[in-house]
Amino acid sequence: MSIDISQFLDVFYEESFEGLAVMEQGLLGLDPDAVDGETINAIFRAAHSIKGGAGTFGLNEVSEFTHTMETLLDQIRDGARGVTTSSINVLLRATDCIQHLLKASQEGSEVDQATLEAVSSELEQLLSSEDEADSDNADVDPHGDSLDQTLQIDSESTRVWSISFKPAPHLFTTGNDPVRLFSELADMGELEIVTDTSRLPDFNDLDPEQCYLDWYLTLHANVEKQAIEEVFEWVEGDCELSIELSQESVLEKTMVADETAPGPEPEPTEDDVPTPVKDTKPSPPPKKTTQVKAQKKANAAENSSIRVGIDKVDHLINLVGELVITQSMLGQLGEVFEMNTLEQLKDGLAQFERNTRELQESVMRIRMIPISFAFNRFPRLVHDVSAKLGKKVDLQVSGEETEVDKTVIEKIIDPLVHLVRNAVDHGIEAPDVRLASGKRETGTVTLSAAHRGGNIVIEIADDGAGLRREKILGKAVEKHIVTEDEGERMTDDDVYNLIFHPGFSTAETISDVSGRGVGMDVVRSNIRELGGTVEINSTEGQGSAILVRLPLTLAILDGQTVAVGEETYIVPLASIIESIQIKPSQINMVVGKGETFKLRDSFIPIVRLHDLFDIKNSIQELAEGLLVIVEDSSGPKGIFVDRLLGQQQVVIKSLDANYKKIPGFSGATILGNGSVALIIDIPEMLRLATQSRPAMAYPLTA
Amino acid sequence: MDEVNIQHEQLGDNEQQFMTFLLAGEIYGVDILRVREIRGWERATRVPNTPAYMKGVINLRGLIVPVFDLRERFQLGAENHHDAVVIILRVQSAQGEQEMGVIADAVAEVLETDSSMLRVTPEFGGRVDTRFMEGLVPSGERMVMLLNVDKLLGESIEPSADGMAVA
Repeated sequence: MSIDISQFLDVFYEESFEGLAVMEQGLLGLDPDAVDGETINAIFRAAHSIKGGAGTFGLNEVSEFTHTMETLLDQIRDGARGVTTSSINVLLRATDCIQHLLKASQEGSEVDQATLEAVSSELEQLLSSEDEADSDNADVDPHGDSLDQTLQIDSESTRVWSISFKPAPHLFTTGNDPVRLFSELADMGELEIVTDTSRLPDFNDLDPEQCYLDWYLTLHANVEKQAIEEVFEWVEGDCELSIELSQESVLEKTMVADETAPGPEPEPTEDDVPTPVKDTKPSPPPKKTTQVKAQKKANAAENSSIRVGIDKVDHLINLVGELVITQSMLGQLGEVFEMNTLEQLKDGLAQFERNTRELQESVMRIRMIPISFAFNRFPRLVHDVSAKLGKKVDLQVSGEETEVDKTVIEKIIDPLVHLVRNAVDHGIEAPDVRLASGKRETGTVTLSAAHRGGNIVIEIADDGAGLRREKILGKAVEKHIVTEDEGERMTDDDVYNLIFHPGFSTAETISDVSGRGVGMDVVRSNIRELGGTVEINSTEGQGSAILVRLPLTLAILDGQTVAVGEETYIVPLASIIESIQIKPSQINMVVGKGETFKLRDSFIPIVRLHDLFDIKNSIQELAEGLLVIVEDSSGPKGIFVDRLLGQQQVVIKSLDANYKKIPGFSGATILGNGSVALIIDIPEMLRLATQSRPAMAYPLTA
Repeated sequence: MDEVNIQHEQLGDNEQQFMTFLLAGEIYGVDILRVREIRGWERATRVPNTPAYMKGVINLRGLIVPVFDLRERFQLGAENHHDAVVIILRVQSAQGEQEMGVIADAVAEVLETDSSMLRVTPEFGGRVDTRFMEGLVPSGERMVMLLNVDKLLGESIEPSADGMAVA
């Protein structure tokens, strides 16, 4: 039975990265004063799975490294070792290293040996340090304190291990192959195998899928018991296994006597090896192994996969079932159609439409994953950055269950990293500065997500110093982004927007945290690319908040079709507040703002779409058409159109696939009649409108 | 939607095929391997803030494809498009391979020619900017102006002057 295991490699990476995230989260949540056993167990389990998987796939570097870490974790788990902030930090660095190793093997890139060795020696130092006289690390530790012991082993004659391996009859159904195990053992040293065929039934009774064989193995190899156990790791629960040292020099025996196997052990039947000092934990349930394997097969086909809850899939299956029923009903109607069944046909079509829409929504929902996928990395980031900067920062996360399209999440991670990093670096002040200004020593960074209309709004807020108008302006003038005169006339919002200008950075020293001046403009262009917007609110001395507004999905949009002259445009429904007809008496001309109209005590500027897009034959009189009220960062605006046509969901098609990005439009769609309609990008369209009105425009708003 | 399937025959090393079309009484040609399909004119959706010769975008089986009016591009005087044809071409631009349409009065023929027949475009005299020309080839009594599709259309997608286009 030989399977090509490389096809599972992608799944292994994916699962390992998930495991690493679990470890990281667990480590960050560990409180040195009150260690939660469940958390430690979760971290341990994740490390263990990575190690096991890495071993299976022959990623020895990863499995060795993880093994060291696992040893340490095991000691913590058993209570043999306390948790300190420094050990948490070392473990965090170690998870980074595992990630690095996995990435390196996944992408075939270079491994940063220096960091790796540094962290691995830190781990070992920790292992060999103080309160762990009863634990041993010789088996994993090629250097350091255990050097003498290692040398001793090397100098001694070969050990002889006798292994009795009696697999359960169902061994083959778990996907394990004894031959593979034996060949792995044979790699360690000289291996003799004796097969016990006494359990073999008569040929007539033989079930070829069952395993009737037992094996007695003799291994001449200079290895630790644990190394052998690792070979049998995946079959632990499916066999009777005993590993005994049958021949060894006296010196080594004492050494083994010291040993406490740090990893999980199968029920050992050790006769000449003294029982370990501490209890060994039970082996991980073998059921898990088989489950993981089944999942692996299902996922192996694609490179980038998505995990979908079974409830979503069940829902889809239900819907498809309904769709099939409707279809057959319509089919029957069509076969013998008479006028009196017209009503039935109409009902059927209505049902068909409902089914289709529900199906579409459910399919879209498959792509939706909670934003915690992106948020999870921030506790770590804040922890690291604040430690580096000597600041005290508390990160509060809310709304992490908000669901967003997977593509959107993947693309928003980098911009968010920039923003959070900035909040800690530039926003939160140093502890002494905070105390001096009467604030709590610990700063707070809030990261929240919520659905608002058809958008997801992510807010990154800090209670730090806020943006300083003078400082930003000074920098902008110095960098020739604006002249001093222009700066004087700018509103605060416009000044804040300067930080999105390419090449702008106010950090006085360029640190490795932020301040290279490549951040914010990239942040904004990335968010724009996703069809989102970014806004800054800031109060000097009290903190700032950055609002990122993103569409939930990149594929489909709820749109309002509007007509202007002979043209049809789509306005995203999410950005429309209301649509109204106005009377001539409501219209005012305001200096510097052009046409406005009065709506419930506020004056709202009017944007004439036909002027902006240069459309002929459209309605010119404001009272004859309609105003679609939309809102952007600077308040509501009325967009003047001829009339509203209808609402529909539209599939977004890009304009730049075959042409280029057109200012003011986020894309195009194909209407029911096969013609193309452009989708208006409201914030950008309003920006265009502002620019075309010189009284309001600044040259730098772009 | 009259699509024309053109058989690619075995050609000699130096031989090239061009599809020729009529535009304001002149004959123009494009490399036949660039032609994806030919269809009748249908109204395109106008795209604001684009040059006048950009007639808008059409739906090509779910793709949004821009259509350019070559008469206006070459300043040959506007004409209504009722009988016109749209030639969909594969264009190499900064964004990779794109599909774009050009409006011509009528499709003429497939012209087989030897590359030795290709003449350099004279710097003056023609109505079309020499930047867009690959050269001239004789066809019977007349000269066919060969267009460089990538220069003619690929450059139309360069970022607009206001710097807001994302290339």
